Amino acid sequence: MQTPAPVDYARATSVADAIDLLEKHGDEARLLAGGHSLLPMMKLRLARPEILIDLNDLDELRGIRIEGEEIVIGAMVTHAEILDSPVLAEHYAIFREAEKVIADPIVRNKGTIGGSMCQADPSEDLSAVGSALKGSVVIQGSGGKRTLALREFHEGPYETKVGDAEILIEVRFPIRPGAGSAYEKVERRVGDWPVASAGVFVVVSGGVVTDCGIGLTAIGAEHFCAPDAEAYLIGKAPTEENLAAAAQLAADACTPYADQRGPVDYKLHLARELTLRTLRKAAASSQGA
Amino acid sequence: MTAVEEVPLSAAGNPIGFGSMRRVEDARFVRGQGNYVDDVNLPGMLHSAILRSPHAHARIVSIDAAAAEALPGVVAVITGKILEGIPRPSLLGDNFAWMPTLSYDTQAVLATDKVRFQGQEVAYVIAESRYIAKDALELIDVEYEILEPVMDAKRALDAGAPIIRDDKGQTDNSITDVHGNKTWESGNAESTAAAIAAAKADPNCVVVTQEIMYPRVHPAPMETCGSVSYLDKVTGQLTMYTTTQAPHAHRTVYAMVAGLPEQKIRIISPDIGGGFGNKVPVYPGYVLSVIGTIVTGKPVKWIEDRGENLVSTGFARDYHMTASIAATKEGKILAVDVDVLADHGAFNGVAQPTNYPAGFFNIFSGSYDYADAHCKVTPVYTNKAPGGVAYACSFRITEAAYVIERVVDCLAQELQMDPAELRLKNLLRPEQFPYLSPTGWEYDSGEYEKTMRVAMEMAGYDELRREQAEKRAKGEYMGIGISFFTEGVGAGPRRDMDILGLGMADGIELRVHPTGKAQLRLSVQSQGQGHETTFAQIVAHELGIPPEDIEVLHGDTDNTPFGLGTYGSRSTPVSGAAASVVARKVRDRARIVAAAALECAPDDLDWELGRWYVKGDRERGKTIAEIALLSHSSLELPEGVEGHLDATAVYNPPSLTYPYGCYICVVDVDPGTGQVKVRRFIAVDDCGTRINPMIVEGQVHGGLADGVGMALMELIAFDSDGNNLGGSFMDYLLPTAVECPDWELGETVTPSPHHPIGAKGVGESATVGSPAAVVNAVIDALSPFGVRHADMPLTPANVWRAIQGNAMRVDMAIE
Repeated sequence: MQTPAPVDYARATSVADAIDLLEKHGDEARLLAGGHSLLPMMKLRLARPEILIDLNDLDELRGIRIEGEEIVIGAMVTHAEILDSPVLAEHYAIFREAEKVIADPIVRNKGTIGGSMCQADPSEDLSAVGSALKGSVVIQGSGGKRTLALREFHEGPYETKVGDAEILIEVRFPIRPGAGSAYEKVERRVGDWPVASAGVFVVVSGGVVTDCGIGLTAIGAEHFCAPDAEAYLIGKAPTEENLAAAAQLAADACTPYADQRGPVDYKLHLARELTLRTLRKAAASSQGA
Repeated sequence: MTAVEEVPLSAAGNPIGFGSMRRVEDARFVRGQGNYVDDVNLPGMLHSAILRSPHAHARIVSIDAAAAEALPGVVAVITGKILEGIPRPSLLGDNFAWMPTLSYDTQAVLATDKVRFQGQEVAYVIAESRYIAKDALELIDVEYEILEPVMDAKRALDAGAPIIRDDKGQTDNSITDVHGNKTWESGNAESTAAAIAAAKADPNCVVVTQEIMYPRVHPAPMETCGSVSYLDKVTGQLTMYTTTQAPHAHRTVYAMVAGLPEQKIRIISPDIGGGFGNKVPVYPGYVLSVIGTIVTGKPVKWIEDRGENLVSTGFARDYHMTASIAATKEGKILAVDVDVLADHGAFNGVAQPTNYPAGFFNIFSGSYDYADAHCKVTPVYTNKAPGGVAYACSFRITEAAYVIERVVDCLAQELQMDPAELRLKNLLRPEQFPYLSPTGWEYDSGEYEKTMRVAMEMAGYDELRREQAEKRAKGEYMGIGISFFTEGVGAGPRRDMDILGLGMADGIELRVHPTGKAQLRLSVQSQGQGHETTFAQIVAHELGIPPEDIEVLHGDTDNTPFGLGTYGSRSTPVSGAAASVVARKVRDRARIVAAAALECAPDDLDWELGRWYVKGDRERGKTIAEIALLSHSSLELPEGVEGHLDATAVYNPPSLTYPYGCYICVVDVDPGTGQVKVRRFIAVDDCGTRINPMIVEGQVHGGLADGVGMALMELIAFDSDGNNLGGSFMDYLLPTAVECPDWELGETVTPSPHHPIGAKGVGESATVGSPAAVVNAVIDALSPFGVRHADMPLTPANVWRAIQGNAMRVDMAIE
């Protein structure tokens, strides 16, 4: 049995109440969503907040809906809900493909998209999905709401632009008719963090790529994306040669470090290989294959 | 299995004898009603926690525990210095700071001079709650002077390497066993060297040499280690609830370590949540809980958390092996030589029979017929946790089976011969049994080729090879791996086998109550093996008492006879035999009582299951239940029979038993990512008589999952600073159902000729035999890339690197 250090606990009754609690307790407070990163860290005493502010009663942060040309996912939507969502599946295969390989059913039943984004683990799969789809987040504080592109959201590993007294309330993704998308992850064992993952969307129109996004995680891609590779593909036919050249550019955008999941050369190889595999699949899908 | 069908069923539908029946113990486990050590809560009980070293090698400059002692709720803080000041009335060292290991080495209970591995015990806090104890650990200020650690076993004996065991006055990091040897050799060095040299010189022969590492892994039982100790100062009785696979042996060790009278020590091991060898040694934590109750006068509970279990308790393997195999070009094996560098960690804490410092590794000559074999094992100290014999290894037969099965595949590749064909050419033949191996083991029985043919038939071996060829032509990589293993289990004969001087025979006691119901008292300790079921079945088989009428008692030294415990697959070969022997004693006594009742001579009676009857008159007889009541009645008994049927026995095995099996694994490898998918696994085991086939299959399933885990993901590596890189289940990966295929099990039954019921033991067979099958399958898949070997675990990165011809060293941090 692991034993966390002493901690206080408060249960927020609304987003405004949660913000009040954050302002009252300062940076010693932590928001509790699914708890599947924070609580293990507390049990190992790697994290020791003085108070937890539990968001689990906030139904206003739940639900997946369409708003205009965007899909909106509430911050407290779980991985399992994303996995099962017909709305998401209709627009982007990438959500299902990524969620299928995130952790395990127990974690997916509790872990949330808001928690995943704010934990900002450099190996987070949903961060790659978010960057690939060029999504945005809505952040609320006592001064109101602000919207931020996901590609500007991260300050670094485990650091985001969410302030001490702010809450990420939703994640938004533009709908792109005709887009194909895909996700691939290599892991040592089911439920492990990725050795490397790549996720992409591609829109092919008139035989050429008109829009695309490439997300990468666990391999040191800044903001989890590869803009040079995306730019390279625009206006080009999705041939094997072009996709392979883009995949190489994606790998060039990565600066992985060696750990027990693999050495640098292997991780760079995976960046290229997984980008190529997902580009092939997404391009084929966009072309109705 | 016609033998099983003939067994009559009891009123409850259970076989009165051998056959599948549901486990008696599952009724409580599936309801969450098991009683594990952490479920034990005694009145006034205190809790405790251990401060562990963050460094692999460092001198302790000072320890300041004042702030911890001042924390409200803390009862005591104990350091090595305090233990040094407690004199011990024992021959095993003069104070409590050090304790003996099971290999006649010493191990620090709490570090006094230096810490020698990351996670070593440094201070002990006793408090009113577990949370307070953990809070107090953070208030203990230890000043360390960091020393260079020895993390690479291959550098441990280098001149100038830091000396780990300066406490013993060592001048290098070699390990000397109790016999005074620094290396352990077996087999014939001269004849083996000569055979290999001759093969090298002979154009009709080949010699293949391969470095093969079995990396450090951990048994990781679901329940971590722990104990609740209480010394009643009035009676002087020490009661200890503890996670042990060997309660009686532990009682004796505590008597020696603590200087307490053995008759005042009661060890209770309630339900044990997995052991796999992890719960054989005596750990500092157990001793500290004893010291804790001595100091406080109250019960003290100590329970490890997961990280503590992984970094500090008995690991397994860490064998660096170099194997040479000589053969004719036709594939007849001539000789095998193995040189081993064995990493034992900072204290030599391996648990094995005294005369076998490398365990039973020298059974490595395997299942094949050749004359010349030799091995040399050199153990070394490193700045890692102690251990080495654990994780269902059958005293290092995992390492032995792995090295021979891997190097035979290397030979097959060199000869471009099908690995099945090569094995069939060399397997021992039935008429060779009992077979004396080149390293001195006497294999009891086996029909190896028959077993292998069953496995190949189940797998559809030829069809798999055709499929593989077709796939290769399309650029797809599937692999087929075979492992044929032989184990020697059931340690063991007292003349040859002991641990700390305790001979490895097992006592047993059978009481038959007046109503014909029985209690069987075992010395061995189930950790999930289902002893309460299978041992009842053995007695049922011998006496005809329904298994549900036999209560099996174990896990309490006050209520069971002495024995050495459960590990090394020894429960069925040793205590299972004892159960059979003691039941036959009861049967013989019952015959005398029945004869008195039937007014005839015992020799005039014949036995059928559950009943003695008069020869030639089947109607005249007495059932065991009737005889049990008679034995307590006023019936006049012949001289020499005092009454009652109860009996005791001690079983001293005449030899080991030799279970074996043939495993075939089929994998698909994605060369673009290095990912391995185990598609099929066929396991044909021959463990002799199967008492409860369902339990046997369950044990095989578990062991096969172990094999997939070790082959593909399990690893404890260290970085050069001495940090343990496998200290949590995020880092130490255990396989899940997703990585395991639907196991395809088969069997042959070749009973052991010297075991009363012909059973051989099966608890570790699958763990011993399966890793080689998985690795051989992966290497087979990669052979088009010119890969001959890669060390476990075959993670995606490791497989991809092997394809690139740039294999990684797995025991050190990846760089």
